[in-house]
Amino acid sequence: MSEQERIQKQKTERASTEQAVVNVDTAKSDQLKHDLDDLLDEIDEVLEENAEEFVRNYVQKGGE
Amino acid sequence: MQVPKVLGIETEYGIAGGPEKDPILASSIIVNAYALEGRTRINWDFDSESPSSDSRGVLNFTSFAPIVETHLANTVLTNGARLYVDHAHPEYSSPECRTPLEATLFDVAGEEVMLRAMNVSNQSLDPSMRMTLYKNNCDGKGNSYGTHENYLLSRDLEFKEVVAGVVPHFVSRQIIFGAGKVGAETEDGLEVNPAFQISQRAEFFEEVVGLETTLKRPIVNTRDEPHSDAERYRRLHVIIGDANMSQVATFVKLGSTSLLLSLLEAEGARVFPSMPVHPVQTVRSFAIDTSLSHAVLCEDGKKRTAWDFQDELWNLANSFVQRTGAPDVASEDEVSLIMKQWREMLDGVRDNPASVADRVDWVAKLRIIEGLKERYGLHDYDAKLRAVDLQYHDLRKDKSLSKRVGLVELFTSEQVSEAVHNPPRTTRAYFRGQCVTRYPEQIVAANWDSLVFDLGEGPLQRVPMLDPLRGTAELTQDLLEKNPSVSALLKAMNG
Repeated sequence: MSEQERIQKQKTERASTEQAVVNVDTAKSDQLKHDLDDLLDEIDEVLEENAEEFVRNYVQKGGE
Repeated sequence: MQVPKVLGIETEYGIAGGPEKDPILASSIIVNAYALEGRTRINWDFDSESPSSDSRGVLNFTSFAPIVETHLANTVLTNGARLYVDHAHPEYSSPECRTPLEATLFDVAGEEVMLRAMNVSNQSLDPSMRMTLYKNNCDGKGNSYGTHENYLLSRDLEFKEVVAGVVPHFVSRQIIFGAGKVGAETEDGLEVNPAFQISQRAEFFEEVVGLETTLKRPIVNTRDEPHSDAERYRRLHVIIGDANMSQVATFVKLGSTSLLLSLLEAEGARVFPSMPVHPVQTVRSFAIDTSLSHAVLCEDGKKRTAWDFQDELWNLANSFVQRTGAPDVASEDEVSLIMKQWREMLDGVRDNPASVADRVDWVAKLRIIEGLKERYGLHDYDAKLRAVDLQYHDLRKDKSLSKRVGLVELFTSEQVSEAVHNPPRTTRAYFRGQCVTRYPEQIVAANWDSLVFDLGEGPLQRVPMLDPLRGTAELTQDLLEKNPSVSALLKAMNG
């Protein structure tokens, strides 16, 4: 890919990024609500089987 | 003097499972599996590491300097990143990037690296030992591990200016970039015992300024280890921040911070909002206030909410961008995207959180928590809610909750895959990544500011890379392509 093509490609990618982020409208908010409802419907399939045990066993050493 | 805002993020991942439930062993398996798979098993060179150097100049030995563990698994990737075991966590340190959007891409590439490493490792383990990685910052039991940002700063800037400039941002930015958590876990946090906190990390901060990262964590970390020419540069090592699952949050966190640092270099701390009188209490009290109405007393006698701080900082950054374009941060288009998103997310968290639930992690997480509470009548600290909190950060696609709440993605899977393998073209990470790709057998050691080659005869050859802005594709691609062998490359560079 030539430098020119590369820059062009980056520009196009950036433009599509902007578009994706900026589409804030009611359709989006309905979609988010819909996603959330679906997630709540399926939550038991996604969550680890025994939440209590799972949470208790998640122990980490401090880091950094 | 203003310098280009070269930047990157290092993330320690939470790890569960593994043989004998030993997190150091599990982390080593993760790192080694990826290194073997990718052939990039190159040693990290600790010669120039000095994490106990202190930006304040005079070392304050009331706290222990961080310990560098040299015996743990450690490798350099073809994308210029470092993948290693830090304490008891696998850690991905992104390559040095030139803009916030690029650094976000390489952070997302880090998630993909960890996911691949986890999958490869699990193939060889008994199902009962399978490991899971979490991109989060605490375990709910009082243990925290970090997501650190790094920014290149001019050495001209005095450290007390840095402190005065960054504290207002670091105490308040959590209302946009916090990852959220259920309950509290430190002694002080449990006294208040909030149902939900905006930030994973806030309750772990105990000092305003300091060298520590594991105990008595400071809001401003003074580690003075520039990994570059110390006469010209500082590296601001930011330890107060959450790991974001939202790519937009990562992008705007890096973007807003870069812009404010550039402004600080240009005009000094005097143009910044006054510091809160009690910064540590401020971080913690902002974290437990999901209504965003709590105001704190500042040194100028005024009271400010977290939102007020961010509003003032946005206006300062905006006027700086209008005047200068902030070319040291990113291109005009990228800077304007940072400003636009920062504004929208800031207004959104206060006025209409649902409108930013596709970009703000704590809002997205809180919606799941509240939805579950309402639907099943759960109490504030129900284990199910804590499980949601953890699984929001789960890297496994079928178990990750953050993958199911409609977060905006900034990159295609092709772009992420490209960044898993190839370095950014815009910094010295290009040269490092290219050398690891081209001459894996002949690099005996690498670190941020040098590479060491073994040509098979004669002494080892160290190539210093003290300037993060050299070693770019523009400066070295031709040289690399014209000189397919290391010896020819070194000869051409020395000649």
